[in-house]
Amino acid sequence: MDIIITICSGFLLLVGSFLCISGGIGLLRFPDFYTRMHAVGVTDTLGAGMILVGLMMLSTDFLVFAKLVMVLLFTLLIGPTTSHVLAKAAFHNGVRPKDSNNLEQSKEKENTSSIL
Amino acid sequence: MIDIVLLSLLVVIAIAIIRMKDLFAVVMLTGIYGLLSASFFVAMDAVDVAFTEAAVGAGISTLLMLVVITMTGRKEKSTRHKPLSALFVVMLTGGLLIYGTLDMPYFGSADAPIHKHTSPRYINDSMEEIGIPNIVTSVLASYRAFDTFGEVVVIFTAGIGVLTLLCVARSQKNDEEIDSINDSMHQQHLVIRIVAKMLIPFIFLFALYVQFHGDFGPGGGFQAGVIFASAIILYAMLFGLSTARKVINQTFVQVIAALGVLLYGSVGIVSLMNGGNFLDYNVLSSNPIAGQHLGILLIEWGVGCTVASVMVVIFFNFAGRRAFQQHKKQAQDKESSAC
Repeated sequence: MDIIITICSGFLLLVGSFLCISGGIGLLRFPDFYTRMHAVGVTDTLGAGMILVGLMMLSTDFLVFAKLVMVLLFTLLIGPTTSHVLAKAAFHNGVRPKDSNNLEQSKEKENTSSIL
Repeated sequence: MIDIVLLSLLVVIAIAIIRMKDLFAVVMLTGIYGLLSASFFVAMDAVDVAFTEAAVGAGISTLLMLVVITMTGRKEKSTRHKPLSALFVVMLTGGLLIYGTLDMPYFGSADAPIHKHTSPRYINDSMEEIGIPNIVTSVLASYRAFDTFGEVVVIFTAGIGVLTLLCVARSQKNDEEIDSINDSMHQQHLVIRIVAKMLIPFIFLFALYVQFHGDFGPGGGFQAGVIFASAIILYAMLFGLSTARKVINQTFVQVIAALGVLLYGSVGIVSLMNGGNFLDYNVLSSNPIAGQHLGILLIEWGVGCTVASVMVVIFFNFAGRRAFQQHKKQAQDKESSAC
């Protein structure tokens, strides 16, 4: 029984860490504000959530478990809300998502500028 | 290893803060700087300091600076003169300070004076003398109560300074106009308003937990006050300043700020009257340990009251000033268009 719990929590911790790292890479590499925010949102909810669940499985003390549950609930509540507010503020202040046309245009511009 | 990573990150962020011209990004970086130093303190096992740094440095000071930026504009003005003399003064002071540290004992050395007399006394005897598990709280609130009193008075003075500089007399008409603006805003920020409504009671509860749990774990009046104030500030930001002013009367908050300092000082005076030294809690009760507990509870309560209400007062005045400016601008615009 113990070994199953350890393996499960290890798996969850691993997947959570992978999601956090991929979120960080996405933050650096995605083209515009909204896709970047999506990457951060993945880190916020799923990555942190999986790590917390993995830690919950390992916890032997009930108090630690309860604290982790509360942290999980708060992250689940706050993460999406902050993402929503951030996106709303950005849209309100005139940041528009890059669509494919825009991307092509900017690429063309880059090409022309490099040629020049 | 983790110390080196954190410290180098701190240096990188400090350089970025100096070089940035966008003040909004600078404020965000200051917040990150505060959070990083908090994690550095945790790595050094100073949990209480880290908690304070996270609450004050990363939390409320970032918030207050953001409010200031909404008044002043977010771009730094380009300096025309070259501040060489300032650089010289800074270099000189820094050099002198570094020269001063040469005489100090090495970091963590066992034969430093503080590790010979003070630390062993606190670690060995504080449980018998004060009787609370968290040594940091017993040092802060009992052994060094006079210093803490000074800190509280400093915070109170800062609140008074903001009040004298920024206090704005508000007319009733002004209030109504802000109200109408707020009412329209309420329909726009539905999600965050509901989530904040759910969270604010928990924030208050957490603040009270930190306040009264300071004897046993990291926490105490300073952190609790800041958390309490941040819940009120969250409410004021989301529901509008005038709504928040209806809920929390500013005069009442100012009185609470003064009462906190008064409570702290009165504990000292009472201990003087009972025949002890100033802020010597042993004489507050027949049992010295019970006296210490009572004294620490009272002064932490005073600290929490003062910190929370001073933060709220500072925020209210900054934000009120901003609303006042906007109102004035609107009035001017109307006049010019009428002309």
